[in-house]
Amino acid sequence: MTSLSLKSVSKSYGAVEVLRDINMEINAGELIVFVGPSGCGKSTLLRMIAGLEKITGGELEIDGVVVNDVPPAQRGIAMVFQSYALYPHMTVYDNMAFALKLAGKSRDEIDRAVRAAADRLQLTAYLDRLPKALSGGQRQRVAIGRSIVRDPKVFLFDEPLSNLDAALRVATRIEIAQLKESMPESTMIYVTHDQVEAMTLATRIVVLHGGNIEQFGAPLDLYERPANTFVAQFIGSPAMNLIDAKVTATGSQTSVVMSDGGHADVPIASLDSDKGATVKLGVRPEDLTVTDSDDFLVSADVEIVEALGETTVLYFRPKDDAPALIAKLPGIHKIAKGTSIRLTAAPEKLHLFDGEGQSFLYR
Amino acid sequence: MLSDNPALLGLFTIVIGVGACLAYFFFSNVFIDKVLFPARGPNAGRNINRANMIRPWLFLFPALFALTLYLAYPVFETLRLSLTDRSQGGAFVGLANYRQMMNEAKFWEAVRNNMLWLIVVPAASTAFGLLVAQLTDRIRWGNFAKSLIFMPMAISFVGASVIFKLIYDTRAADQNQIGVLNAIWLKFDGGIGSVIFLQLLPTLLLLAFSVVVAYVAWTFVRGIVARGEDKSLWLLPLRLLVAVGGVWLIWISLNSALGVWITDVPYGEPQTWLTLPLWNNFFLMVVLIWIQTGFAMVILSAALRGIPEETVEAAIVDGANPFQIFFKIKVPQIMGTIVVVWTTITLTVLKVFDIVFAMTNGQWETQVLANYMYDKLFRANDWGVGSASAIIIMLLVTPILVWNVYNARKEMK
Amino acid sequence: MASIAGKKSGLTWAVHISVAALVLLWLFPTVGLFVSSFRTADQISSSGWWAALFPAEQNEVYRTSDPDGTRVADGGQFTVTGNIFEGEPRDIRSWGVSSRDVSAYQPGETADMGDGESLTLQADGSYVWKGNDKQISGRGQRVFVTATVPPEFTLQNYATILFSGTGQDNMGKAFFNTLTVTIPATIIPIVIAAFAAYALAWMEFPGRALLIAAVVALLVVPLQLALIPLLRLHLAVGIGKGYMGVWLAHTAFGMPLAVYLLRNYMVGLPRDIIENAKVDGATDFQIFTRIILPLSFPALASFAIFQFLWTWNDLLVAKVFLIDATGSTTVMTNQIVELLGTRGGNWEILATAAFVSIAVPLFVFFAMQRYLVRGLLAGSVK
Repeated sequence: MTSLSLKSVSKSYGAVEVLRDINMEINAGELIVFVGPSGCGKSTLLRMIAGLEKITGGELEIDGVVVNDVPPAQRGIAMVFQSYALYPHMTVYDNMAFALKLAGKSRDEIDRAVRAAADRLQLTAYLDRLPKALSGGQRQRVAIGRSIVRDPKVFLFDEPLSNLDAALRVATRIEIAQLKESMPESTMIYVTHDQVEAMTLATRIVVLHGGNIEQFGAPLDLYERPANTFVAQFIGSPAMNLIDAKVTATGSQTSVVMSDGGHADVPIASLDSDKGATVKLGVRPEDLTVTDSDDFLVSADVEIVEALGETTVLYFRPKDDAPALIAKLPGIHKIAKGTSIRLTAAPEKLHLFDGEGQSFLYR
Repeated sequence: MLSDNPALLGLFTIVIGVGACLAYFFFSNVFIDKVLFPARGPNAGRNINRANMIRPWLFLFPALFALTLYLAYPVFETLRLSLTDRSQGGAFVGLANYRQMMNEAKFWEAVRNNMLWLIVVPAASTAFGLLVAQLTDRIRWGNFAKSLIFMPMAISFVGASVIFKLIYDTRAADQNQIGVLNAIWLKFDGGIGSVIFLQLLPTLLLLAFSVVVAYVAWTFVRGIVARGEDKSLWLLPLRLLVAVGGVWLIWISLNSALGVWITDVPYGEPQTWLTLPLWNNFFLMVVLIWIQTGFAMVILSAALRGIPEETVEAAIVDGANPFQIFFKIKVPQIMGTIVVVWTTITLTVLKVFDIVFAMTNGQWETQVLANYMYDKLFRANDWGVGSASAIIIMLLVTPILVWNVYNARKEMK
Repeated sequence: MASIAGKKSGLTWAVHISVAALVLLWLFPTVGLFVSSFRTADQISSSGWWAALFPAEQNEVYRTSDPDGTRVADGGQFTVTGNIFEGEPRDIRSWGVSSRDVSAYQPGETADMGDGESLTLQADGSYVWKGNDKQISGRGQRVFVTATVPPEFTLQNYATILFSGTGQDNMGKAFFNTLTVTIPATIIPIVIAAFAAYALAWMEFPGRALLIAAVVALLVVPLQLALIPLLRLHLAVGIGKGYMGVWLAHTAFGMPLAVYLLRNYMVGLPRDIIENAKVDGATDFQIFTRIILPLSFPALASFAIFQFLWTWNDLLVAKVFLIDATGSTTVMTNQIVELLGTRGGNWEILATAAFVSIAVPLFVFFAMQRYLVRGLLAGSVK
């Protein structure tokens, strides 16, 4: 049982700071997913945990021991790379055995560990093959098998599915989920830019952006209670609509009005000082419904209709320079282009963000 | 005893030399990891970091040592030697060696010949290489053809010299000629065939060459007057240099074109090709062109293959003919590679020694700098002038050196 | 492109023919040397090598057998019969008995040499020589024949050059000397450069970029500059002229290209693989020997071929650092140059010696051309 803790860890290349003040407690047995747009520092953070990048500030502890200066091999970690990083000149067996050989394990011990891992991943038939004779999915499994063999305290995955095609990606994602289930005691850290992977695999998600942690929490927490506009728009697809609004009443619930006459009473507490402030009203496209009543949230002209059968996605012509508005309605709707439509949403599905983009919930 | 048997000695050295190298790398690693900075105890982490700071230098040391001692140091030492006189016990004599060298006709002959080599060999090799690369690109036996044209790369300059000496061989007029060149030469008798092949054709080639030179020179000179060009001051000398060189080349080729018609050609007499002044330089250059064309071809062929097929297909759809496709679509796209090939062959030319040494040894006005230097060094035993001429070669190489370093640094970023 | 509609086939033919012409032009010189090495001295000096492939017309001088003892008396007339060719049949085209007119007669005709003396020669060389006592005496009659000689090749030159020749003609020792220079001078720089290239490609340390730039700069330094200072150095530290010196020199002169080539290749290896090996617990030394070296085989092979060809074909470095006054350590290139000076006309010796020296590089070239091409492409500074 292994826990990890990062204490105001930072990373800079010369004057360029790519990660700043990262604090995180990871409990044993968790599967943590680092997610964020490319360039957010998520891979760097993982590589710092692996020991492949020097930590330029702060402390990294594994099981209570500071490991900043410990080389990768002695941190008790195993890593699965995006490109799998299989040794092309070694057979599958040798690939899996390499680390154990370096560690000076006995031949029997190595053989037992390799065969057990191969068995678990249905690789026994391919042990004598070179990586180039394997399919993409098989290579992926060898890479995972190579990490299992070492029986590490922490598994690190660096975008392990991004080189697979769509169908294989789903299958392998499920395999990884099953793997995690079969090893409930091992800690895993998983980097991806794909929010579906993040939502389905993670016990907790770290959303990184511009070298900062934007939010750290359980998947549905992030969906239902995003800490800021970045997380709100990053999690969920299509992204959450953000509508400019003005606070008219404060208290245990907050009233806002929009420029086009729409209004809403949001069951989120606000301070007296918020009154009159310009805020962002957040509403997910899938939470919007069409209404005829005067009690609407927004009204807009339909610009594009995407009928997918299962859902109908409406894109509205933005007013002034406001961002485009999207609604995702279940089922089939026959709506002509150019129609003016009024939309509303259940009050408890609404989100409020202040001028800096921070959620009212977390103030 | 060992030295009696060279094969055994060689084997012995391989084992010792390679073994020593490997042992050095292995044990020095063990030493810093286990003895100097053991990865144990309270300072394990710090020790590992320290070991990792030293290790690159362990790996680099033998190579750096060799590079510094055998290549970097000699550059400066040669420079120093070129300013001293051996016969005066190594006294500093300033630029006396250079002055002495400048006063020698042989030196200027070597410089002139080197200039000719520098223009003709890279140009001809690159042109032939490009031609072969393009022609063989699409035919089925192209790879086979290329490997045969590439083959001279494996032949030593000395071997090639023997090969071409046989071609240039001369026998007395009443004997069968065993050199191909004379055998062909004697077929010409001043008739219509001779006029076409020995007068008309060379004239056309020379005129074409002048036009090309004029065009290249113009593109450089235009930059001084035209708008929208890089007018940086440091480019001005380069532009002027190219312009002057161009005018010189055009003058020479027009002169030669005229000469082709007014010279009395000694038909029917076997020629000793390697003693004909000026011409013999070209006969020596042929040897190097023969060798270097394969090199140019291999690199340019790869570059041609790297051109996106779509651009060629787009040109076909646009109605370009094969020549337009080659000159307007393909050549501009591989211009960078052509420059690389050109400069690489230029370097080879500057160092060319074996061919001249083996074929004429610089007699009959075929001297080049590298052979001149060898002459001074090991025949005249004049280290001062020898070093001075080596420095001249270094100076000629320097622009390419700077250019290469500049490009390599740019690529690394 | 072949599939594009409306393509002219005439142009395709022109391409095929031009390529064939160029290939023949490029091959011609080497073939000349190769063919010449299988001809005897007489053949080489009497006709061009290109004639050797066909039956050649050759002018030769023979004598009939000496009359004394073989002449047959028939009254006052004496007759000598026989064949001017001894065991080597030729086909006579024309013949004569005077050097002024070597083709006066056709085979089967009879030459009248005055005073009743006559000679009849058949195409196969059999003759009847008639005359009086005085005429048919002394030495045999000279006969000038123009005959077609079938192509004829011999391995004698190779036997001379490699085994039986003496002094300069024997390349056997030079061959082994060249090998002795070449093999260590190929292997040692590879080992040294590979480590340096790994450090420059995959290890972090200050000054790395500067070192790489320095290697690129040294790539073009003419080795002419190194000759005097290094020869002085070798003499000063006691290495003198010899194998040790030439190995060191070749190792160092090959170093910039080796480091440059290998670093460029190694830096292209996937970063993930190397990091994975680190995570697997490999030290830098283990990463190098177990991962980098096996994966860099193509680049190592490329450089090995370069260095082999370069050291094998080298003349300058050997002359300066190896060959001393005794000449016992001469290499093949040097010996050929000396032959050019002393035996410039003996083409059978020269051609064979040259071919012996280029045979090994040619074999290496054709066997490992793939790696050579790859090395060339990687080695030229872009």
